[in-house]
Amino acid sequence: MAETTIPIPSGAVTSERGTYLETIHSWIVTVDHKKLGIMYIVYALLFLVVAGVEALLMRIQLSAPNLHFLSPQTFNRMFTMHGTTMVFLVGMMILFGFGNYLIPLMIGARDMAFPRLNAFSFWLSAFAGLLLYFSFIGGSGLPGTGTAPDVGWFAYAPLTERAFSPGHTIDYWTVAILANGIGSIGTSINIIATVFCMRCKGMTLMRLPLLAWIYATMSFLTLLAISPLTAAQAMLMMDRYLGAHFFDTQAGGSAILWAHFFWIFGHPEVYVLVLPAFGFANEIIPVFSRKAIFGYPAMVSASVGIAFISLSVWAHHMFTIGMTSYGNAFFTLSTMLVSVPTGIKIFNWLATLWGGRIRFQTPMLFAIGFLFQFLIAGLTGIMLSVSAWDWQLHNTYFVVAHFHYVLVGAIIFMIFSALYYWYPKMTGRMLDERMGKWHFWLMVIGFHMTFDLMHIPGLLGMPRWIYTYGADRGWGTLNMLVSIGGFVQGIAILIFVFNMVWSYFKGPHAGPDPWDAWTLEWSTASPPPSYNFSAEPVVASRRPLWDLKHPEDPDSAFD
Amino acid sequence: MGSAAIQHGQATQEWQPSKGTIGMTCLILAESAIFTIFVVAYLFYIGRDTSGPTPKQVLEIPWFYSVCLLSSSLFIVLAEHAIEHGKMVAFRIWWLVTMTLGAIFLYGTAAEWRKLIVEDHLTISTNLFGTTYYALVGLHASHVIAGLLMMTVTAVFSLTGALKPAHARRVKTLALYWHFVDAVWIVVFTVVYWIGR
Amino acid sequence: MDSELRVKSSVFIRRLKLAATALVLWPVTAAASPSTSIFSTLSTPAREVNGLAFFVLGITAAIFVAVSALLIYALIKFRARPEDTAEPAQVFGSMQIEISWTIIPILIVTVLFLGTARVLFSVQDAPKPASALDVTAVGHQFWWEYHYPQYNITAANELHIPVGQGATGRVTYLKLTSADVIHSFWIPQLGGKTDMLPNRVNEMWIDPAKPGLYLGQCGQFCGTQHAKMLLRVSVDTPEQFAAWVAGQQKSVAPLAVSAATSTNDAVDAPTGQKVFEQQACINCHTVSGTVANGRFGPDLTHLMSRATLAAGAMNNTPENLKGWITNPDDYKTGSLMPAMHLTGKQYAQITAYLQTLK
Repeated sequence: MAETTIPIPSGAVTSERGTYLETIHSWIVTVDHKKLGIMYIVYALLFLVVAGVEALLMRIQLSAPNLHFLSPQTFNRMFTMHGTTMVFLVGMMILFGFGNYLIPLMIGARDMAFPRLNAFSFWLSAFAGLLLYFSFIGGSGLPGTGTAPDVGWFAYAPLTERAFSPGHTIDYWTVAILANGIGSIGTSINIIATVFCMRCKGMTLMRLPLLAWIYATMSFLTLLAISPLTAAQAMLMMDRYLGAHFFDTQAGGSAILWAHFFWIFGHPEVYVLVLPAFGFANEIIPVFSRKAIFGYPAMVSASVGIAFISLSVWAHHMFTIGMTSYGNAFFTLSTMLVSVPTGIKIFNWLATLWGGRIRFQTPMLFAIGFLFQFLIAGLTGIMLSVSAWDWQLHNTYFVVAHFHYVLVGAIIFMIFSALYYWYPKMTGRMLDERMGKWHFWLMVIGFHMTFDLMHIPGLLGMPRWIYTYGADRGWGTLNMLVSIGGFVQGIAILIFVFNMVWSYFKGPHAGPDPWDAWTLEWSTASPPPSYNFSAEPVVASRRPLWDLKHPEDPDSAFD
Repeated sequence: MGSAAIQHGQATQEWQPSKGTIGMTCLILAESAIFTIFVVAYLFYIGRDTSGPTPKQVLEIPWFYSVCLLSSSLFIVLAEHAIEHGKMVAFRIWWLVTMTLGAIFLYGTAAEWRKLIVEDHLTISTNLFGTTYYALVGLHASHVIAGLLMMTVTAVFSLTGALKPAHARRVKTLALYWHFVDAVWIVVFTVVYWIGR
Repeated sequence: MDSELRVKSSVFIRRLKLAATALVLWPVTAAASPSTSIFSTLSTPAREVNGLAFFVLGITAAIFVAVSALLIYALIKFRARPEDTAEPAQVFGSMQIEISWTIIPILIVTVLFLGTARVLFSVQDAPKPASALDVTAVGHQFWWEYHYPQYNITAANELHIPVGQGATGRVTYLKLTSADVIHSFWIPQLGGKTDMLPNRVNEMWIDPAKPGLYLGQCGQFCGTQHAKMLLRVSVDTPEQFAAWVAGQQKSVAPLAVSAATSTNDAVDAPTGQKVFEQQACINCHTVSGTVANGRFGPDLTHLMSRATLAAGAMNNTPENLKGWITNPDDYKTGSLMPAMHLTGKQYAQITAYLQTLK
């Protein structure tokens, strides 16, 4: 087989620097998946800091009993905005950003399937986020009459009906998230079409990088999950403005219907958030163990299996709402079943490490944190799936600790890992390793201080969504320690932000392949030229660069 | 200067589906999920009203308008066939027939709503039936309107000669959407005019 | 043989529970009294759930120890050493290993599910004894309403029920609903929480083992003062309960009219009653036997039989009572009781009157 050698420029592709205005203009009108991906990521990181501040404000208020740092109205707005921001404006945005950036590069394509839809989806979602935050300016007054929403991120009816929430707070939440969701649907359509229609020559589906598989799965899940929320929000708006009675219990409507619709969205949504974290792990752990991922077909089936099963578990958020014992039993079983493919993934990662030559650079440190923390998160999830026990644990700080273990301990840790891993590709510079290690260890200390201890007040009877608690409850010391841990995490993140900015200007040049990795994005320059590849790649296995680097032992021999 | 050797392994491109079809299928999947939620709400609230008009009292089965809408799917298939075979005149005719049938259906919905509001005093705020009926039928009608708008744009391009047989795939993508709208009507019809009455 | 094993395992489980409880309660510097720990079980539903909890905790702890041990071992044994130059052997999978770590989790899930199902059905579908006490609890923003249909009593905020276990015990069956938004009834020592939804009636039962005071609070976000929608349950001996019922059923005695009543001058109970009945208070509150028959706020007929005011927000003292009715926002900002903007004297008069509602 003849081999053609194609030269790859080792430095950043230089282009004529326009004026500031021209640069900004090029970013605003761009349809380039890489620029859009970076905008998604930067947008999400900005809101990570905003929502983080909201969290720290709450933690100050809760650090001791009977404090008056935040009024109850403000506190209720804080937890609503913190949750809503973190899920929609941070989680969804940063994950779609990575998908946008990486998928065309990993499959050897020039861009996403629908570049203009891509841009439209980004700007729609971004403006929706700004609309949500405009609610703070919308004027203050009586609770629920014109400032930030204060009904929790799940906005249970009938608290959200006009009768109990006059004014426009709920409307900001509903319309902003509805618009943000439409952007998500657009990006999901784009991802699926790209993965299935735009792969380079030789890339069969079974040679697709696992990250691409996961993003296709997650996008499919998004289509099915965001839509019920969109529908429910449309119904809520009809109730509030057209006099409809979907959730209007005073006219025969049903509160439990909103709960079902919301969680039919809400549970798959958390899998939408965690699947890309799995995707990052699937790419990063093998590279830093110097071994191929163990059990590729099982990883594909497990990811798809997780997505399907996750569509059937939603009412485990409603074990106390008064379903029959048969209903509770069904959802207990379906939820427990999710642990089977999830466990398979953990074991496969373990087997990938096994027999490897593990390098402990910062991306891998965060991935290791992810492995331990996701294991624990999964196990507390099993505890919560035990419906009878959930009758005690539901709506307590035990649940808050569990889902933060997943969202921060697993997802945010893997996002940090991905940022350290792909920042060189996106910017052409390496992030500083020393600062990276400080970031990692402070995160570990702060994270565990906050979220390990947070389980305990839950077990001692502390419910969620309370702006204060009595001194005689015995929750004070624990809450103080939890709050301190939050500030430690804040410091860690500040170091990280500094690292990103400093390294952009002063970091060592990365070259196309600083980690000695094996997927196609590492075969082009850092950052890639606007056209991605100078010639369309042709692949013969799952790890085209491994084949090139190891002609004596190519994967293509096994394929 | 770095370099990477790209193997000429299998130089033939794998068959991959058309991105228009995949994209539209994904949109249909998402829209189906939205409609499913409205259908579930409709079914959930059947029979739960204690006051106001009931379906049996006020709903008349819209046979004629449903036939119009569903048959428009057949005509759009004829239009697709025409453009694939380069018969642009035939395409225009079948396309306009499809649009006309869609418009007749919308007229039927409007007439039905006028009767319900003015004569039967049923609005979205009257009772649960009113709420779920107008929401579900209205959601479907809005999708018909969106489809007709897209078809109008296509018709304009066709009449000005900008639409060519090479665009057959894009027309097929739009036709897929139209088939979806018709399929949803089958579900809505069954739920509202049969199960719910 | 069987019984020996059972004794040994129950001793072991008890010790395990003790250790776990100690570990869990260690960080608690101020001992909560009464406790709201879910491990402090004083009713059958709570106890059954607790047993299941420890069963699950044991299995998950074992899984955690096993998997983490393997992870830590792998991270240490297979770390890259400076002398490593070549790549390690590439292993792509193993059918046997992958099947076994699919089957074993399925078996574990089966065991966990069956254990859960047993407790689930046993608690949720327990047959209702004929002697059960019926209580209907209605959640409001931000207080609790209780009806005892068997005794024709309406109370608010402080629930009195008899001991549930033992020869003279009576199980309490609660019907739960809401007058406005979703709330949740939760007393950790007595059982798991059950939500209260408008337009829907949920059911739960509890059988407290000992008399005493039990605490809890609303478990579903219901608005601004969700945090101060506290629950107080007084579990009484049969005699105490009978006495309480009798007290609640007693009608309010009409107050002797004083000379100054007609002029609304005196700061005493009869004048206070007159002032009270002239204000909008009567639109929201009920005092049985008077013109006050509002249903929006708590029933005040036996207000002085309660230890706290405003669903546990403060102790029921004359100063607190006067302060509360003067400006509710001082105690519970966002509560739905408006400040009535009366004069200080009127507030004193009303307070004097309310003090008579025993």
